[in-house]
Amino acid sequence: MKISASKWLSSGTPFVWLNAGAVAISILMVVGLLGLLTVRGMAHFWPTDVMQANYAPPVAFGSVMSTEVLGEKVETESVSSIQIASSGIPVDESIPTYERELVKLGNRDVTGADFAWLLSSYISDIRYPANVVVLERREWGNFYGFLSGVKESGERVVQGAGDDAALWDEFEQRLSRALAIHDEIYRIEKQEIGEVNYALERLRLNQRGLELDGAFDAETEAEFAAQREELGSEYALLQQDLVVLNQTIERDSAQFFAANGAEIEVEFADIVRAYRPNQMGFAEKLLTYFAKLGEFLTDEPREANTEGGIFPAIFGTVMMVLLMSVFVTPFGVVAAVYLREYARQGFVTQAIRIAVNNLAGVPSIVYGVFGLGFFIYIIGAEVDQLFYPEALPAPTFGTPGLLWASLTLALLTVPVVIVATEEGLARIPRSVREGSLALGATKFETLWRVVLPMASPAMMTGLILAVARAAGEVAPLMLVGVVKLAPSLPLDGNYPYLHLDQKFMHLGFHIYDVGFQSPNIEAARPLVFATALLLVIVIAGLNLSAVALRNRLREKFKSLEV
Amino acid sequence: MPADNLPEAQSRLIDDEPSQSVKVSVLSSEKLASRRRWRHLSDKTAKVSIAVGGISVIVAILLIFAYLFYEVVPLFAGATVEEAASYDLQDSSASLHLAIEEQSEMAMRLGDDGVARFFDLESGENAATIAVKVPSGATITSFALDSEQSGLFALGLNTGEAVVARYAYDTRFAQLDNRRILTPKIDYPFGEIPYTLAVDKPLASIALRTSGENMMLAATARGGELSLLKASKQTSLFAAFDLGGGAEFEIEERRLSGMTLGGEQLFIDGDRFWLFVIDDEGLARLLSLRTAFTAPNPQFEVQALLTAGRANPTDISFLLGGISLLVGDDQGAISQWFLTKRDDTVALEKIRSFQDSASPVVSLSPEQRRKSFVSVDAQGVVSLFNTTARRQAFTGQLAADGARALAISPRGDALLIESGRGQMALWAVENKHPEVSWSALWSRVWYEGYSEPDFIWQSSAATNEFEPKYSLVPLSFGTLKAAFYAMLLAAPLAICGAIFTGYFMAPMMRRKVKPLIELMEALPTVVLGFLAGLWLAPFVENNLLGIFSVLVILPLSILLMSFFWVQLPSELRHRIPDGWEAGILIPVIVVFTALSFAIAAPLEALFFGGDMRFYLTNELGINYDQRNAMVVGFAMGFAVIPTIFSIAEDAIFTVPKHLTYGSLALGATPWQSLYRVVLPTASPGIFSALMIGMGRAVGETMIVLMATGNTPIMDINIFEGMRTLAANIAVEIPESEVDSTHYRILFLAALVLFMFTFMFNTVAEVIRQRLRDKYSTI
Repeated sequence: MKISASKWLSSGTPFVWLNAGAVAISILMVVGLLGLLTVRGMAHFWPTDVMQANYAPPVAFGSVMSTEVLGEKVETESVSSIQIASSGIPVDESIPTYERELVKLGNRDVTGADFAWLLSSYISDIRYPANVVVLERREWGNFYGFLSGVKESGERVVQGAGDDAALWDEFEQRLSRALAIHDEIYRIEKQEIGEVNYALERLRLNQRGLELDGAFDAETEAEFAAQREELGSEYALLQQDLVVLNQTIERDSAQFFAANGAEIEVEFADIVRAYRPNQMGFAEKLLTYFAKLGEFLTDEPREANTEGGIFPAIFGTVMMVLLMSVFVTPFGVVAAVYLREYARQGFVTQAIRIAVNNLAGVPSIVYGVFGLGFFIYIIGAEVDQLFYPEALPAPTFGTPGLLWASLTLALLTVPVVIVATEEGLARIPRSVREGSLALGATKFETLWRVVLPMASPAMMTGLILAVARAAGEVAPLMLVGVVKLAPSLPLDGNYPYLHLDQKFMHLGFHIYDVGFQSPNIEAARPLVFATALLLVIVIAGLNLSAVALRNRLREKFKSLEV
Repeated sequence: MPADNLPEAQSRLIDDEPSQSVKVSVLSSEKLASRRRWRHLSDKTAKVSIAVGGISVIVAILLIFAYLFYEVVPLFAGATVEEAASYDLQDSSASLHLAIEEQSEMAMRLGDDGVARFFDLESGENAATIAVKVPSGATITSFALDSEQSGLFALGLNTGEAVVARYAYDTRFAQLDNRRILTPKIDYPFGEIPYTLAVDKPLASIALRTSGENMMLAATARGGELSLLKASKQTSLFAAFDLGGGAEFEIEERRLSGMTLGGEQLFIDGDRFWLFVIDDEGLARLLSLRTAFTAPNPQFEVQALLTAGRANPTDISFLLGGISLLVGDDQGAISQWFLTKRDDTVALEKIRSFQDSASPVVSLSPEQRRKSFVSVDAQGVVSLFNTTARRQAFTGQLAADGARALAISPRGDALLIESGRGQMALWAVENKHPEVSWSALWSRVWYEGYSEPDFIWQSSAATNEFEPKYSLVPLSFGTLKAAFYAMLLAAPLAICGAIFTGYFMAPMMRRKVKPLIELMEALPTVVLGFLAGLWLAPFVENNLLGIFSVLVILPLSILLMSFFWVQLPSELRHRIPDGWEAGILIPVIVVFTALSFAIAAPLEALFFGGDMRFYLTNELGINYDQRNAMVVGFAMGFAVIPTIFSIAEDAIFTVPKHLTYGSLALGATPWQSLYRVVLPTASPGIFSALMIGMGRAVGETMIVLMATGNTPIMDINIFEGMRTLAANIAVEIPESEVDSTHYRILFLAALVLFMFTFMFNTVAEVIRQRLRDKYSTI
C-alpha cells in the first residue's frame, strides 16, 4: 500500500470523489431517463415476432390447467414467490423468486383481457409459426390467429390452411379494397356531413340572433326554412351514400383460427392493418415500422386514445404554442425595451425587474387558476353577453378554450421573453448606441435600426425558451382548455376557419390522460412512452437550439466589448 | 434577420447615411424641416407607446396578484344585514313556527291556534290562511318540527293525540311571462288521522323526525309515561289502485311505563337513533331508539348537563343534519353538543360555545344549507354564527323590544323577525362565506361525528347536510412533505455536483456536462410524473431493498474507487488529466448499481422472508402505498436538481480565481481551498439556489398529481402518499361552483402558493444580486 488511508483522508480526495460521484449520478440519471424513453417509445412500433406456446400453471394442488397461447412477449420481471402465492397460484414458496413474462395475447373480444402475466417456468413448447397473422383492428385491440378462409356475403370464396399464398393474396386484395372504402366513409362522415352540421348550427344561431334583435319576420323565416331544407336534403343524400358504402364494406369477412382452436370471423371493415411478422425479413419489418410510426404521427386516436395516432394532440399543441407566440413576442419585447431603454434605472426599475424575473418561478397552476377565474369566468362571460347572446345559455368564450389557454400560457411565459430580451439588450455595447446617436439618429431610430436588429437573436432565444416551456406545461392547461378528445381540429375549412373558442388536445395532457385515466393501462403504456418521447424530443430540440443561439450571440458580442 | 457580421452592419449604416443626406439636401429646406418634425414626432410617439406598452404588460402581470386577492377577500368579509320591510300581520295568536319559502317570495307563520298564515314576504300581504285539521274541540299543547327543509311538523293536542302535517308550496309557471306562481298548502304525508300517544291527557311535549316515508314520534304528557311511535308507508302492490289517497301505514307503538316524565322537552336526532330528553335545568338524558321498541326495559344510556352553572336552557334546536344540538340559555350562552364515540363509550360532549350577550337567548334558527344558525336574545340582538368556523359573522340590534321568533330563508339571504304578536321585520342578509375563519383553515376543528378535533380536508360529499372540512393544514403538510423528500435527494446531489463542476471539473468536460444537466430542467414535468407513476412506482415496489442498497452501496463504492485510484501507479493515473473523476466514476456507478439490485434478491430472501414490501406491511405494520412520498421524492428531486445545480454552479464558478490561487499558493490543498475559501464566499449563492429549488418543489403540480395517490393524509411516513396544495387545485377547481366558498378557498390556496414562492424567489434573487456586487468589488 503506497498511500495510507489517513493521508488519503486528510488530503480531501474522498470528498472530491464524492462530489464527482454526484455529477456522475446526475449524468447517468439524465442519460438513463432519455434512454428509457427512447427504447420504450421507439420499440412500440416494431413488429415483434409472435410466439406460440403451451402454458400450464398449477391451479390447485396437483392439478394443472394447460392452455395454448399466442402473443407477443412484452417484458420479463422476477417476483417473489410470496406475492405470486398470495395472488392465488400455488407455487413452491421455498424458491424465493419466480420469473414471469408479460405477454400481449390480444383477442380481447374473445378472451376478455389482452395482456397476461405468465410464469416462465410453466411455459413450454415455444415456437414461432410462420403463418401467424397480426390484425390491428378498429375495435377490441389486436388479434392474433391463423388465416383459414375468406368470405364474401357470407359465402366462403377461398379456403386454405397453413401458408397458402393464394389465400393470403386474396385476403390482402380484399383488405385494400375495404381500406379504400373506409377512407371514403371517413371523408364523408368527417368532412361533408361535418360541414352540413356546422352550417345547420350556424343557421340556428343566426336565427336566434335575429330573434333576439327582434328582426325575425316571416320573410326571413321562409328564407331560413329554405336554407334548412336545402341542407337537409344534402344531408339525406350523404346519408344515403353512407348506407351504400357501409353495405359494400361489410360484404367481406375473413376467418381465423385463434390460439385455442376456435374459428373466429373478422370483418374486413374492422381491420386497420394485417401482417405476418414471423415470416417478415428485416427490411419488411422496417417498412412496417415506419408505416406504424407514420400512422402514429398523422392519424387520429382510436379506442379511447389507447391506439392509433396522436395527430390532433400534435396539432393542438402547435396551434396553442403559435397563438401564444403571437401574444407573447410583442408584449415581452416591448416590456423589455421599456425596462432597459426607456425607464429610469433606479430602485423601482430594479424591483420590477426582480419581480418579473421571479414570476417565472411562480407555480404554473397559479396561472391556470388565474386564467380560469379571470379570463374565462369574468372576461369570457362578458364576451358571451356582448357578442354571442344567441348561443346562450351555452357558453362560447365563457368556457375553457384555445384562446384562453394561449393567453394564460402567454402570461406564464412573458417573463422568459422579457428576461432574455433584456439580457440581449444589455449585452449590446454602449459604443454602438452612442455611435448611432452621434450620427444624428433619434433614440427611436437607433433602437429600430441598430439595437433591435442586434438583439433579435436574444429575442429569438427568449421566444424559443417560452415555446419550449409552454409546450411542456400541462397543469394550467387542464383548467383552461385541453380535453381528452376533441371532435374537430381548431383550424378547419368552416368559417371562421380558426376556432378560438374550441377546446383542443395537447401532447402533455394526452400523456397524463392516457397514462392515468385510461381503462386499459397495459395497452396504452407503449403509446404513452412514444408520446412522451416525441414531446421530449421537441422540447429538447427547442432548448438546444436556444442554447446554440445564445452562445452564438455571446461569441459575437465578445469582439465588440472593449 | 440576425446581423451576422457587425462591422459590415455598421459600415452599411455609415454608407446609408451620406447617401440619404445627399438626397435630402437637394430638397428644399422646408421639406427638411417637415422631415425633422416627422422624425421628432415618431421618436416621441415611440417613446410614449413603448412606455405605455411596457408599463401595461408589467401591470398585467402584477394583475395576477391583485386578482387572486380580489377573489379571496370576500371570504373574510363579515355579513351585512339591511332592513327590507316591516309590517303587521294582525294576528293575535302566539307563533309556533316561522318559515320562509325557497326563493324568499313567501313566508309562513303557524300560530298556536293551528292556523297557518302564508303571506308575501316583501309586503306582508296575506296569500292564504289554512287551518291544520285538528279534531274539533281539541287545543294545541305542544309543537315539534321535523326539520326546516322538510317542512313537516307535529302538533300535540290536549286529547293525547298528535297531528302530523306539512307546509309546502305548489309551483307552476304562468304561460304568458314564465312567472313563477306559488300556491301554498298544508298536506298530510303521514295521513290526516291523528296518532294517539296518550289517553286523554294533554301532550306536554312532542318530538318528530321523518326520513322519506318513515316517521318517528315521541311524546309525553305531564307526569305521564313516555310513548314512542313509528310509522312507515306501506308500499303494497295495491297502493296504486288505492285512489282515496289514504295510503296504508305500518305503525309500531311503545309505551314506556318505566319512564314517567315531567315537562321535559323531547328531541329525536337526524338518524332516528337517539331520543334526547332535556329538562328545565338543562339535564339531557338519551334513550337509544334502536333498542327502545324491542328491549324489555329500556334505560337512559347517556346523560349530560347542557348548561353551565345556574343557567337554564331557553331554546334548543338541531343544526342542519340533525347531529349537533344547539342549546341557548338564559345567560346568553349558546353551545353546540353532539355524540362522540371513544372506545365504544358514547358521550354527549360540548363541542364549542358561542357567547352572544349577557341577556337570555330567545330563539335559535338553523340554516338549511350550511352549518350556520341565527340567534336572537331578549334585547333584540341578532347574531349570525357558523359552527364549524366558530365564527360570528354578524351581530346587531335588529329588534327593539325583544323578539319572539325568527326564521332564516333557505338560501340564507333573508331574515324574518317577529316581535310582539304578528309584528314582522324583514331583513336582507348578505352572508356568503360564514364557514371560513382563520381557525377553520389553520387550526384543529372538531367536526361532527369525530371523536376529537382534527385537521381535515374534505370539500364535498354526496349529501347536502355534509359539513365541509376546509383545513388547509393537511394540504400544506403534504406540500412540504413532498418538497422535503424531493430536497432530500436533490440538495446533496445538486450541490455536490455543482461543487465538482464549478471547481474541479476539466473545462472540456464542463462544457458538455452543464448543458446536459440543464436539459433536465427543460424536461416536461408531465413526462417525469408519468414515468414516476407508471414505471418508477411499480419498480420501487418490486425492488425496495434494491433501492435502499443502492443508497448505501453507491457512496461506498465511490470512496472505494477513490482509494483504489490513488494507489494506482502514477504513470497510469496521469494518463487521465485532473477533473475527469466524474467520467471515471460513470462505469463504476453503473456496475455497482447493477450489483446492488443483484444482491438485493438474496438479501431479501434472507432477512425479509423474500419480499420486503410484504414484510413492511405484515411484520412492521407500516402502510405502503405504491405511489408514495419516496417515488415523489425521486421524481421531483430529478426535476429540482437542475434548478439548484445551475444556480449553485454559477455561484461557485464565478468566485474570483485569484482567491483560489492565493489559497493554493499558501500551500492549501485544492479541497482545503474549496472548503475554506470558495464555499464560504459562494455560500449565499448556494443558499439562494436551495431556496429557488424549494420554491419549484412546492409549486410542482403534475409530478405530485401523477406520482401520489392524492389522499390528504397527514403522515410523515415515506411509504405513504400525500396531497399538495397545487395538486388539490388542479383536481378540484374544475368541479367547484364559481364564487362558492370552495372556489374561493382554492383561490386562497393559489394565493398562498403564489406568495410563498414569490417571497422565496425574491429573497433568493436579492441574495444573488448582493453576491454579484460583492464579487465585482473583490
